Amino acid sequence: MEYIISVLLSGISVGGQYALIAIGYTMVYGILRLINFAHGDVFMVAGLIGIYLSATLPLYITIPLVIIMTVILAFVIERVAYKPLRSAPRMSVMISAIGVSYLLQNVATYVTGGQPMTYPTIPGLSATVNIAGTPTKWVVILTPILVIILVILLTQLINHTKVGMAMRAVSKDFETSQLMGIKINRVISATFIIGSALAAIGSILYFTNYTAVTPTIGALPGLKAFVAAVFGGIGSIPGAVIGAFIIGICETIIKALPSAWDVSVFSDAFTFALLIIILVFKPTGLFGEKATDKV
Amino acid sequence: MLKINDLKVNYGGIEAVKGISFEVNEGSIVTLIGANGAGKSTTLRTIAGLVKPRSGSVEFLGEDITGMAPNDIVARGITLVPEGRKIFADLTVLENLKIGAYMRKDNLNDDIEWVYSLFPRLKERSWQAGGTLSGGEQQMLAVGRALMSRPKVLMMDEPSLGLAPLIVRDIFTIIKEINKQGVTVLLIEQNANMALKTADTGYVLETGRITLTGAGEELLSNEAVKAAYLGT
Ligand SMILES: Nc1ncnc2c1ncn2[C@@H]1O[C@H](COP(=O)(O)OP(=O)(O)OP(=O)(O)O)[C@@H](O)[C@H]1O
Ligand SMILES: [Mg+2]
Repeated sequence: MEYIISVLLSGISVGGQYALIAIGYTMVYGILRLINFAHGDVFMVAGLIGIYLSATLPLYITIPLVIIMTVILAFVIERVAYKPLRSAPRMSVMISAIGVSYLLQNVATYVTGGQPMTYPTIPGLSATVNIAGTPTKWVVILTPILVIILVILLTQLINHTKVGMAMRAVSKDFETSQLMGIKINRVISATFIIGSALAAIGSILYFTNYTAVTPTIGALPGLKAFVAAVFGGIGSIPGAVIGAFIIGICETIIKALPSAWDVSVFSDAFTFALLIIILVFKPTGLFGEKATDKV
Repeated sequence: MLKINDLKVNYGGIEAVKGISFEVNEGSIVTLIGANGAGKSTTLRTIAGLVKPRSGSVEFLGEDITGMAPNDIVARGITLVPEGRKIFADLTVLENLKIGAYMRKDNLNDDIEWVYSLFPRLKERSWQAGGTLSGGEQQMLAVGRALMSRPKVLMMDEPSLGLAPLIVRDIFTIIKEINKQGVTVLLIEQNANMALKTADTGYVLETGRITLTGAGEELLSNEAVKAAYLGT
């Protein structure tokens, strides 16, 4: 019983970390119809920034700086690599995103020398408590709570503020939004800023759990968060969050199955099998809109 | 007030507007009529800043606004009600009105009440999603949304498109009412009859060129216009 609770808790926590990355994928897709392949690598860079800053700065300065610097990185990527291609075919923008992804990985390899770097221990998050008799890291308990708070704030922002209204409008129709006087580039930047800030928070939680940061570490959580976003119906924020929790929980359960069954190595393959099955029955994902293309 | 000088617009290799000049005087209703593909929408879209002209200029209140960004043009007081209404389907009626005033930072309540008094139907449907309105109601919302920016010049691209004759009459009544309240109107229409009856001045556009100019009533009785656009 205790084992089951601890597996579920850790699944929810992993799911929450995927959710923070998945929101960035789904919001950017919602507004630009772009799968931002560089997003997982931005997450990786956030991890490295955390490592380098914490070497000289106290954590209470490092953590906000990680978020700020990650946001600046994402903002610059959008302005330099995506904005000039605004009226180009979508495929060109996607290739640009893949290029940025490799660029970030290569720069990370150059800077770190390709060696895995160890994420700092964040006292509050790494400390353990006893939950139902099993020692559990605080990060496991805090992640879902933090995710829920952030998602509520984000939903409020999107549904009840002026910039949120502009985001909803721009995601449907660039041209008419411009006719309303909306500066669409600002709204797009705001989307990248929100997505990357959440990914930066996700990186702090994730790397507290999996402490080795390598240049390609963003790929797998990035891919799974992307799967979560598709699974939930890409473009939908609640969809991405629910998808991320489902994937995190399923994956953790499979990893925790008795070793005699020998299935734990298939946990990643399972994630993708799940995606394929869902997409066969519901091609637009759990909460996806019918028409995914812009008119 | 608004002066278009020798405007030429290309799409790729196609010349959609081939050098047109016209003027819109303050307080008037001006209409451009013409067949499909004549370049009417292109002209309005160029004035609104969505399309950059190849040459020529757009002058508004003495300022050259050619090639400015759409938000700068809205800020100066020119607003376009686009062809096909383009309501934000997922936003409520009230949000659609508010987004029309996106550039403004002052209180919107009086303007919302003003739009609701022009279109009482919208008030009843204030919390409904824009996409669930009927075609006529969507056109009213599109006009109301544009008015929320407090335009000096309201440009309308075929407001009668796809509407029943009775609704078309309502829309034109509202256009006159808005004009009486001080808004200058630049209207393009295929419904030449209604447009010319409403307008002070009309221009006939044929494949990117202005071929006829005159007062609305004058063009209504012009033989060539009758034959080509009024079917009589
Ligand atoms: N985005 C575009 N790309 C290429 N060509 C275009 C584009 N928009 C319009 N055109 C062409 O420009 C010409 C003028 O089009 P425009 O839409 O201005 O006509 P219109 O007078 O508004 O016609 P309608 O009454 O059918 O709306 C047409 O030949 C059209 O095919
Ligand atoms: Mg047209």
